[in-house]
Amino acid sequence: MISQIHSIIERFRSEPGPLILVLHAIQAEFGYIPEEAKAVVADGLNLSRAEVHGVVSFYHFFRHSPPGRHVVQLCRAEACQSMHADKLATHAQHRLGIGFHETTADGEFSLEPVYCLGNCACSPAMMVDGQLYGRMSNERFDEVLAEQQLPHQRPGS
Amino acid sequence: MSTIVYIPKDAAALSVGADAVAQAIAEQARARSLTVTIKRNGSRGLLWLEPLIEVETATGRVAYGPVSLADVPGLFEASFLQGGAHALHHGLTEQIPYFKNQQRLTFARVGLIEPTNLQDYCAHDGYRGLRQTLQMGQAQIVQAVTDSGLRGRGGAAFPTGIKWKTVLDAPAAQKYVTCNADEGDSGTFADRMLMEGDPFALIEGMTIAGIAVGATRGFIYLRAEYPHAYRTLNEAIAVATSQGYLGANVLGSGHRFDLEVRLGAGAYICGEETSMLESLEGRRGEVRVRPPLPAIKGLFGMPTIVNNVISLASVPIILDKGASFYRDFGTGKSRGTLPIQLAGNLKRGGLVERAFGVSLRELLYDYAGGSASGRPIRTVQIGGPLGAYVPAAQFDTPVDYEALSEIGALLGHGGIVAFDDTVDMAHMARYAMEFCAIESCGKCTPCRIGSTRGMEVIDRIMVGVNPQQNLTLLEELCDTMLNGSLCGLGGMTPFPVQSALKHFRQDFLKFRNP
Repeated sequence: MISQIHSIIERFRSEPGPLILVLHAIQAEFGYIPEEAKAVVADGLNLSRAEVHGVVSFYHFFRHSPPGRHVVQLCRAEACQSMHADKLATHAQHRLGIGFHETTADGEFSLEPVYCLGNCACSPAMMVDGQLYGRMSNERFDEVLAEQQLPHQRPGS
Repeated sequence: MSTIVYIPKDAAALSVGADAVAQAIAEQARARSLTVTIKRNGSRGLLWLEPLIEVETATGRVAYGPVSLADVPGLFEASFLQGGAHALHHGLTEQIPYFKNQQRLTFARVGLIEPTNLQDYCAHDGYRGLRQTLQMGQAQIVQAVTDSGLRGRGGAAFPTGIKWKTVLDAPAAQKYVTCNADEGDSGTFADRMLMEGDPFALIEGMTIAGIAVGATRGFIYLRAEYPHAYRTLNEAIAVATSQGYLGANVLGSGHRFDLEVRLGAGAYICGEETSMLESLEGRRGEVRVRPPLPAIKGLFGMPTIVNNVISLASVPIILDKGASFYRDFGTGKSRGTLPIQLAGNLKRGGLVERAFGVSLRELLYDYAGGSASGRPIRTVQIGGPLGAYVPAAQFDTPVDYEALSEIGALLGHGGIVAFDDTVDMAHMARYAMEFCAIESCGKCTPCRIGSTRGMEVIDRIMVGVNPQQNLTLLEELCDTMLNGSLCGLGGMTPFPVQSALKHFRQDFLKFRNP
């Protein structure tokens, strides 16, 4: 892990203001920002550990622990609320058996709140692993969930 | 002969199945030995019809939507490739009243062209503004933007030309152009649609800005919630660079302009310009004290333009067609057009670009057709989570900066979110405080702590604990946040709360069981 982080730091070291670029690359690699990465990044970018920790903890996007295999982000903002996103949130939590910021015991799903996905004319909206979904209903939520759990098929097979 | 079928790859269209529809149309065509060319465009903005597919015919592009996977065989049966009749047939796209009755300047190409096809862009008036710019002096370019009356479309509505002039006049070895694409307000998606549907317009606008003020480097600060826009922008930047529209020698003019997209990391506050600059520098997105203005001392301490996506994407047409062409749209001090986003509980949500001055009623009923639920629209929130709630009695207000300000509301980034009569306004006021508590950068005490106290006070009111005293306390708290915060998050979170208290006080007094 440490050597991968070193090569990420090398990749961005000459960029102006590189810390967030480095953190994005680390999260893309590991799914989260491992605690042990902070000291390596601090050392590599000539920052204090406090500065690195401060940035990691400031931004909602950076995770402190590994996420589930699939990350479900439900929009909780006003436009989605006007189309009953609160009910969808209740359903999602019930269906997955977890609350927001939690991961199912089998490690399959993490549930996260998000404040606007820019899909406000097709509310309520959610995102699963970077894929956007609109006009969500409880039924459609169950369908999308089931699609994620299918064994991964090759296209055309 | 191959028929051209347009199927959007805008994220909103993808979110309701556009990819699957595209695949099914390709398969059906193959099975029926028909030749179709599928082009992936941006969205026309008629979002309730997405996925909206269009067939190129001799008379123009014919629209069908919303098309689901199950509709595809039926469309072939109905000869849709010849524009045949079908339950989802809407005739020529550009004759659909929702579209026809718009004034598309900034969004002229969005949904029309293939987003990262530079030839397509140039064939539709693209890069004419930049070519014009290369014949002009810096002061002349800035003057044109000033004369157009363009004001910042991100929400603050500051005159764009004046901002540019400040940067132009600030001597420095390095200057920057930054684009604020941290479109975090609920109910807004114009930036996203433009970046996904016509990325070259933004790139051209930023290049013009760079040449105008002598900046050689640009950054687009894009929110992490927009992965589709991220891919499209990067693709377009690569194309523009390879064709000499970006880089060391823009169109052989001797001007350098390099452009890069940087991702945010899920912090609403980074839409505030000084917080965005902190974040671009790789730090916590805590707001800076102004002055100094970013135009004097911005990114890495250098003079910096900070403009919203729509402001920058409106610049090419201003330079191409002239300041007066743009200024002739609009009313009073609100000049030009505004891409208005109709969202939430509406029958026909989407993007409507119109000159300033259209009334809320016209937008909500003529365009959007009333609520999606069929119930009366009780209120709209304009301008995102920091915008006021406007009651139905004020729906005749025209949409311009001054008229909305007169009724205590604000236009912001032009998003309008509709709520039907089932909405609980005490709950929405509480949400405003909750959102502020989640997103506060923590620098100012009234915002950091006041928002949490605000939630608690509203909780007490909602269950009937000393309601009158607590309502007074809530009003005082709003006053403290409003006057004691550096930026708009703490300073404007009171707007939705105060407007809910003013127009919907009864909702706070119908006590719920704890």
